[in-house]
Amino acid sequence: MTTSDDLDALEKRYSAAIEAADAIPALEEVRVAALGKKGEVSLKMRDLGGMSPEERKVFGPALNGLKDRLTSAIEAKKSALEAAALDAALASERVDITLPAPREPKGSLHPVSQVMEELAVIFADMGFAVAEGPDVEDDFHNFTALNFPADHPARDTHDTFFMEASADGTAKLLRTHTSPVQIRTLMNSEPPVRIIAPGRVYRCDWDQTHTPMFHQIEGLVIDKDTHMGHLKGCLIDFIAAFFETDEVEVRFRPHHFPFTEPSAEMDVRYERVGDAIKVGSGDKWLEILGCGMVHPNVIKACGLDPDVYQGFAFGMGVDRVAMLKYGMSDLRPFFEPDPRWLSHYGFSPLLQANLATGLS
Amino acid sequence: MKFTLSWLKEHLETDKSLAEIADAMTMAGLEIEHIDNPADRLAAFTVAHVKDAQPHPDADKLRVCTVETVDGVKQIVCGAPNARAGMTAIYAPLGAYIPGLDFALDAKPRKIRGVESHGMLCSTKELEAGDDHDGIADLKGDWAVGTPAAEALGLDDPVIDFEVTPNRPDWLGVHGIARDLAAAGVGTFKDEAIVPVKGTFPCPVKIETAWPQACPVFAGRVVRGVKNGPSPEWLQKRLKAIGLRPINTLVDITNLISHERARPLHVYDLSKIGTTIRARTGHGKSDRFEALDGREYDPQAHHCVIADDTRCLGLGGVMGGEYSGCTGTTVDVFIESAWFEPAIIRTTGRETGIVSDARYRFERGVDTGSVLPGLELATRLILDLCGGEASEVYVAGEVPVVPAPIAFDPVRVARLTGLDISYDRIASILIALGFGVDRANPVWTVTVPSWRRDCTEGADLIEEVARIEGYDRLPATSLKRPAGRFEAPATPMQNRVRAARRAAANRGYQEAVTWSFCREDQAALFGGHGTGLKLANPISSELDVMRPSALVHLLLSLQKSLDKGLADPRFFEAGPIYLDDTPTGQRTVVSMVRAASAGRDWKGAAQPDVFDAKADALAVLEGAGAPVANLQAAPEAREWWHPGRSGVLRLGPKNVLAEFGEIHPGVLKSLAVEGRVLAVEAFLDAVPAAKAKATKSRAALQVSDLMAVRRDFAFLTPEGVAAGDLIRAVAGADKQLISDVALFDRYAGKGVPEGHVSLAVEVTLQPQDKTLTEAEIDAVSKRIIAAAEKQGAKLRA
Repeated sequence: MTTSDDLDALEKRYSAAIEAADAIPALEEVRVAALGKKGEVSLKMRDLGGMSPEERKVFGPALNGLKDRLTSAIEAKKSALEAAALDAALASERVDITLPAPREPKGSLHPVSQVMEELAVIFADMGFAVAEGPDVEDDFHNFTALNFPADHPARDTHDTFFMEASADGTAKLLRTHTSPVQIRTLMNSEPPVRIIAPGRVYRCDWDQTHTPMFHQIEGLVIDKDTHMGHLKGCLIDFIAAFFETDEVEVRFRPHHFPFTEPSAEMDVRYERVGDAIKVGSGDKWLEILGCGMVHPNVIKACGLDPDVYQGFAFGMGVDRVAMLKYGMSDLRPFFEPDPRWLSHYGFSPLLQANLATGLS
Repeated sequence: MKFTLSWLKEHLETDKSLAEIADAMTMAGLEIEHIDNPADRLAAFTVAHVKDAQPHPDADKLRVCTVETVDGVKQIVCGAPNARAGMTAIYAPLGAYIPGLDFALDAKPRKIRGVESHGMLCSTKELEAGDDHDGIADLKGDWAVGTPAAEALGLDDPVIDFEVTPNRPDWLGVHGIARDLAAAGVGTFKDEAIVPVKGTFPCPVKIETAWPQACPVFAGRVVRGVKNGPSPEWLQKRLKAIGLRPINTLVDITNLISHERARPLHVYDLSKIGTTIRARTGHGKSDRFEALDGREYDPQAHHCVIADDTRCLGLGGVMGGEYSGCTGTTVDVFIESAWFEPAIIRTTGRETGIVSDARYRFERGVDTGSVLPGLELATRLILDLCGGEASEVYVAGEVPVVPAPIAFDPVRVARLTGLDISYDRIASILIALGFGVDRANPVWTVTVPSWRRDCTEGADLIEEVARIEGYDRLPATSLKRPAGRFEAPATPMQNRVRAARRAAANRGYQEAVTWSFCREDQAALFGGHGTGLKLANPISSELDVMRPSALVHLLLSLQKSLDKGLADPRFFEAGPIYLDDTPTGQRTVVSMVRAASAGRDWKGAAQPDVFDAKADALAVLEGAGAPVANLQAAPEAREWWHPGRSGVLRLGPKNVLAEFGEIHPGVLKSLAVEGRVLAVEAFLDAVPAAKAKATKSRAALQVSDLMAVRRDFAFLTPEGVAAGDLIRAVAGADKQLISDVALFDRYAGKGVPEGHVSLAVEVTLQPQDKTLTEAEIDAVSKRIIAAAEKQGAKLRA
């Protein structure tokens, strides 16, 4: 005859067995022994049928309670054993996460490209398109149409590279400035014209601040009413935008260029901070660019009437303003690729100068 | 161009300071390069009186001087042999920097052989103010103690050096500078007329202008009975201050006038020249003469010479001859004042290589109005300094006409410059510069002075007005973007280059910018330079032709980086190459290089090969907007590529968009590049333009929800068959159903017959409207196998 004491003993025994199980199979054995088809608890449940209704009233709930408690104890133990097994498995998968990740080479963009893109953004905001022209030019576009008199000392100042003369006796040259793009643009488009023209230019000169090839950017505005005050305003706005400062003080000095009249050079007030410059303070003037009102002879050479059309032009060294803004002290490494220089002074390809997120 | 402040003040009455004058010059367009003010340099040094000089008790050659200085009476030990009581000397206080010795005195008195010395007495050499080496400066004259040394040494005259723009030859004389500064408000222009010297006898030399195009006017006269020799001190000092070497009085006078009036002259020893002299064309070798620079020249027929009946005396307006030059023994002198055509002078100067003050002035254009005044001024100075008797003036030819008057509408000043300026002010500026202004009509008539041949039209006058009024008075008017919709101005090609550049950088390459020119034999490795693209005057023989490929310098730079031990350098350049000398001969390429060597990595590093280069090329082309899915790879790269490990990517049979692969080892060897190199050259101009679309809207996305089916096929393929052809054939077996073909294995060896490879592809079948049945899949498989068989491939059993 089963007694309540038997059940208590049974429960104690199986609880201890569950507790003692150290792996899933051992636990399963305990479960089968207790709750399996021929398990001790299951057999006792079967015995309920032979009991009197009174006995059944007592033992039914007691047995069911026992079964439930053992079931949940087994489940709990099973979860605990599984968690421990996973922990053990994961522990064996441990790696040294201080080992280095695969190295990816880092690409970069050249500061000249970056600055040209910055210039394009600033001037696009003032309505300028970007025009281009060939590096190998002829005398007409580089000099004659730009009002350089034939055989005039003004041509000597340009240290021109010439090509060997061809069979017909003419010799091409390497453009000494980006100004020929003015001519090519004006001859092929109707005013109003607003362009910048960045590109490579060439002069026979080589020292710390001169290389035989460098970059210039040309600006040209031709319409019916743009005057020299617009030139001044446009360039002041440009300097402020490019050097990212509100404190711009510029000085326009008279100068001479055959293709502009009046002609000027623009200086910016600055002080040196290391190799970079700080614009707007200090007591020094730095020459930044040459500019002026387009000479009537240039307008005429392009087939336009200088009594109707007028405007301004300017030309500026791209490498030079790059050096000033980003603090390179020597021009030559611009054109002598060295990965360390390019990493240090280069720019991420993920960034692109624009009005919304900034120039650099 | 250099001049001294005192010299300027002879032509400009002003009470402005040096700084104010310098500033006014800058703002009037005379760009100052340098101002040397000896007074600044010598500020520490003052006049002192030596009261007593006793022998040093302990050194024979030293003297102990008692000196009255600006700092009181000092004991100074001096080693100069000429130190003596009663002399007026120059005192350097303790701590002063001595420029000629390049050191500073100690700040505390130093004992010299036991005797304290409280400063130093200086020689002019130690002050870089002279070259006396007999001892300390021994000043003549009555100088008070404390007088600045610069003043006592006559060095208190600042020298101003400025850049003369080629359009302003009138600035090559102090007189012309003074005129502009007066107009700019710095002072009053002193423009006294030059009084002619009346000749007392006919000029014994006959002058002819035998080549009037080159020398339209030639005036001259003789001064006889002169006494030539070293010029007076004031004249020597003035010339030395601006860097000229005094020669003798006659020559110094011509140099003085050249720098004061921008008027070159020449003086001949009359005893060395014939009775007729003429300006004529050169006669080559028979005109050979020794010029004043000591070199011999053979004037050509397009050079203008001055000659008498027997010999060439010099190149007119460029340089005179040694033979007929004036020396200390010259008694009778012939003065030449002529005008030469600038273009001929320029040609002569360039071809002979002669650099002279005369050439510099004549090639820029000398004032035609200065022929006679210049001659008169020279005569006056010669008579004053050398004595003698002047002949009458002989003038051959005619002075070129002055520039034509300009019809000038003053309203254009405001229109072109934006300046708010009155007509009266405009007129007064022009008049101050020497122009004549007739305001009778709304359009003024402005006459141009003979020294302003650069002014020929209204714009020239506007520049003068704006320049003198001051550019600081120009308004600053922002240039606003034209009203209306903003249209991004970049061209498709510009955007293409931008994107390609970023694609290359994203592949780990660093952007480089390298020379557009390269060495001829290096260009030859890459097909040679284009017609007409060899430089006549290269800066170096390393850079003498325009590059036919951007790879040359990238490869050389790669080797330089490897030489420096830098790991895995990768460069690209987005730039020009030059196929011929026309504008269309310039093309834009993106070129990339990297070493074909595996790095080292603890997980193992893959060996980069031609397929990495191919991926780079595809990435750049895709960035540039090329339809990469339609590109065909073909082993057709040119001869500077590895014949077996390179290829082109092309659209159709002809349009090559890129070359990629290994550079030919022979080419690398010629460039001294070690190891193997992977490279790409992508031709961005060859990328077809994107089709213009009416709107930015895209077609609706159509995707199937049905599960794609993947099937693998392994084909035995003869080795000559290109894998790309097989893949294209497989993909073409059912264009509707086959959405992708991926080659996942390539195997040769055991189990594969000799001369064959096994190519395994995974084919993706994407049903569109219903699930595929086994029968349908079998049917497609059969078509795939048949398509492969047409390429010579067999399904592997």
